[in-house]
Amino acid sequence: MNHKVIVGIILSFFFSFAQASVIDNMLQQYTAEGGKNFSAARGEQMWKTDYPDRDKPGAVRNCSTCHGDDLKIPGKHAKTGKTIDPFSVKVNSERFTDPKFIEKWFKRNCKWVLNRVCTSQEKGDFLMYLRNQ
Amino acid sequence: MKKYFILLVLLFPWFEAQASSEQMPSVDNQLYKEECSACHMAYQPGFLPARSWEKLMSSLDDHFGENAELDDDARKTITGYLTNNAADHSSAKLAKKFLKRISNDDMPLRISKLNYFIKEHDEIKPHMVTDNPKVKSFSRCETCHRQADEGSYAEKEIDIPDFGKWED
Repeated sequence: MNHKVIVGIILSFFFSFAQASVIDNMLQQYTAEGGKNFSAARGEQMWKTDYPDRDKPGAVRNCSTCHGDDLKIPGKHAKTGKTIDPFSVKVNSERFTDPKFIEKWFKRNCKWVLNRVCTSQEKGDFLMYLRNQ
Repeated sequence: MKKYFILLVLLFPWFEAQASSEQMPSVDNQLYKEECSACHMAYQPGFLPARSWEKLMSSLDDHFGENAELDDDARKTITGYLTNNAADHSSAKLAKKFLKRISNDDMPLRISKLNYFIKEHDEIKPHMVTDNPKVKSFSRCETCHRQADEGSYAEKEIDIPDFGKWED
């Protein structure tokens, strides 16, 4: 094995540890806020649920509206067409490395889709689902 | 030969004026660039008057139908940058052209609906932009104005996807 491969392996371990610790810290925080037994299954169900589009009666919104159904490929902003990097940590090493970034987008996207902020329980469930995609 | 040279020298200010009236001062605030290009291009502040930027930045929970909320510190910093470099605080020729056609009691938010913008794009047919699946919207400047990210809107840089260069 040449040294580039070894460095690559070490870096990907490092990133996966970094991501794991960011998520784990956030789950700890959510537990302190009242969340418990975070569930990937519940997170997945919420992720795939349709919510009414408040601007287009009859239409729906969901997380796939921008992020797409396949989390390993880039998504696209529904209005501006801007590329959104994939969610899967298997293809995008920068996902789940910045808690402030994660909280910012939770706030925006939960409000846009659900018309309210997500609870700590819901955010924890989402993270459990997304970390394994 | 000499007289052509003299002609060029005399006409240089005109050429220079043409070039600079197609240039907005480029965005030089890193926070604005990062936070406000997540979904669209970071529009140069010279397009809108300060009062428009203030209004926009105080209603980020409904930003053209999207939620673009920021934490307070980021919001204040970005608002300061935008208002300090807004059209009514800018010495840029292009900014002044936009400002001139905005009435004082108007507080427009949408750059692509500004009078000067509409005038400059009045020859663009729907099939080139709104009905062009590779463009879709006039708000996607960088799709046709290939140097828009640097603040340059020179006609020679225009390249409309599937239509090519713009010849006036």
